[in-house]
Amino acid sequence: MRVLLADRVPEALGLLAGDGAAIPVAGGTDLLVHWPVRIDAHDRTYVDLSRLEDLKPLRWSDRELVLGGLTTYWDVIQDERIGREFPLLVRAARQVGAIQIQARGTWAGNIVNASPAADGVPVLMAYDAVVVLESGRGREEVPLDHFYTGYKEMRRRADQLVVAIRIPRRPYSYQVFEKVGSRRAQAIAKVGLAVTRSDAGWRVVAASMAPTIRRCPMLERLLEQRVQVAHPGDLVPAITQDVSPIDDVRSTAEYRRRVMARVLYDDLRETCGWP
Amino acid sequence: MTLSIGFTLNGKAVSMEADPAERLLDTLRYRLGLTGTKEGCGEGECGACTVYLDGLPVNSCLVPTYQVRGARVETIEALDPVQLGPFLEQGATQCGACTPGVVMTALWISAHPELLETHTVRELMAGNLCRCTGYDGIVDAVATTIGEVGEGGRGKGEA
Repeated sequence: MRVLLADRVPEALGLLAGDGAAIPVAGGTDLLVHWPVRIDAHDRTYVDLSRLEDLKPLRWSDRELVLGGLTTYWDVIQDERIGREFPLLVRAARQVGAIQIQARGTWAGNIVNASPAADGVPVLMAYDAVVVLESGRGREEVPLDHFYTGYKEMRRRADQLVVAIRIPRRPYSYQVFEKVGSRRAQAIAKVGLAVTRSDAGWRVVAASMAPTIRRCPMLERLLEQRVQVAHPGDLVPAITQDVSPIDDVRSTAEYRRRVMARVLYDDLRETCGWP
Repeated sequence: MTLSIGFTLNGKAVSMEADPAERLLDTLRYRLGLTGTKEGCGEGECGACTVYLDGLPVNSCLVPTYQVRGARVETIEALDPVQLGPFLEQGATQCGACTPGVVMTALWISAHPELLETHTVRELMAGNLCRCTGYDGIVDAVATTIGEVGEGGRGKGEA
C-alpha cells in the first residue's frame, strides 16, 4: 500500500493528477472495513486527505450552507443552526452507525462511496445539494441528482476531489427522512426515503430502491398535481416507474416496494389530505 | 513504504515507523502491547476497539495508524480503575469482550453530560454491541456516573 500525503488542497490535486488511479482517503470508515483480508485494496495507491484543514469547516452565507470536503457527520450533528434549518441532515447523520463512525465519516465520502443504501446522500439530494469538484484543470459543479450514472458510477474523474457540498437555503414547508432497517441503530437501510417541499417543489428521494440513490419523478409529479391517493397501493404504479429494487441479503424487491408505498402514504396523508 | 509518525498516546509522546496499511488497533495491540483494546468485528460495527482520537470515540479497526500523526490517542489503559465503580455496582459486564469499548464510550458520555440534552444514553451507546445483551446494566451504569439513576430507560429497547 502506498499513501501519498498532502497538507494543502493543490498538493492533493497534484498527487491525484500525477498518479491517475490513486484513491482519496478521508476518515477510512468505508475503506478499512475488513481491511486485513482485503488484499487487493492493499496494492493500490491512496492520497491522504486527513490533513487538508481547508476542507474541514462548514460555512454559511445568505444563500447557502456549504459543507467542506472533510465535514463529518458529527460536525453536522453538533451544529444547532443546521438542526433548525436543515433538520434532515442531522436526522440522517444520527442514523449513520453511531458516534464512532459519525466522528470519522464524511459527507463527501458518503457521496463518492456511491452506495445505493447511503444515509447522507438522500437528504442532501432532497435539499438540492450541488457537488463541487476540483482538479488541476479547474472547478466543476454537478447537481447531486445528476451525479450518479449507474451502480457505483459517477461524474467524478480520478483527478477530481469533492471539495465542497453546496446546499441552497430555502424555507421548507415539509421535510421527512425515513430509514427502514433491521433495527434502529447500526443498520443499513432496506428502504430509505427523504421527502421535502419548498417553493422549488416536491422532492422525493429513494435509497436502497435502485442501483443509485435517485429522485422519483413520477411521485414528485403526483404530489405536484395533488393527485388523490386513497390507499398505499395507489402509489405503487408511480413507485414501479421510479425505482427498480432488487432481492438481496437485506430484503426483497417486493417488500421494499410495499414498505416504500406504506411509509410514503403514512408520512404524507395528513399534509396531502389523503384519507 | 513506511511513514515516520509521532503522536501522543495516553499522555506520552510516541514515535514510530508505520506501514500505511497498518490499523491503529493492530499498532496498539501488537506493537505497543496495549491489549486492552479488543477486536470484535473488524468492520466498524461492534465498538470493541473503541479508543479516543482527539477526544472523540472512534473504531480503531477503521483508523489507519499513519492518520494519527500529531494527534492525541487514549485507550482503556489510561483509565483510572475507580471510574469502573458504577460498572461493578450495576454488574455491567458479562463475558467482558465488549467491556473495554463500552467503558470508553460510557465515560465519554459521562464527561459530556450536555449530550443528553439531545441524545439518549442508548443512542450514544449504539455503537457498542454486547453479544451477552447486557445492555440494561450498561445503561444504568452510565446513568449512575452522570447522577441520573434510571435515566437509561430500562426496557425501552431503543438500541
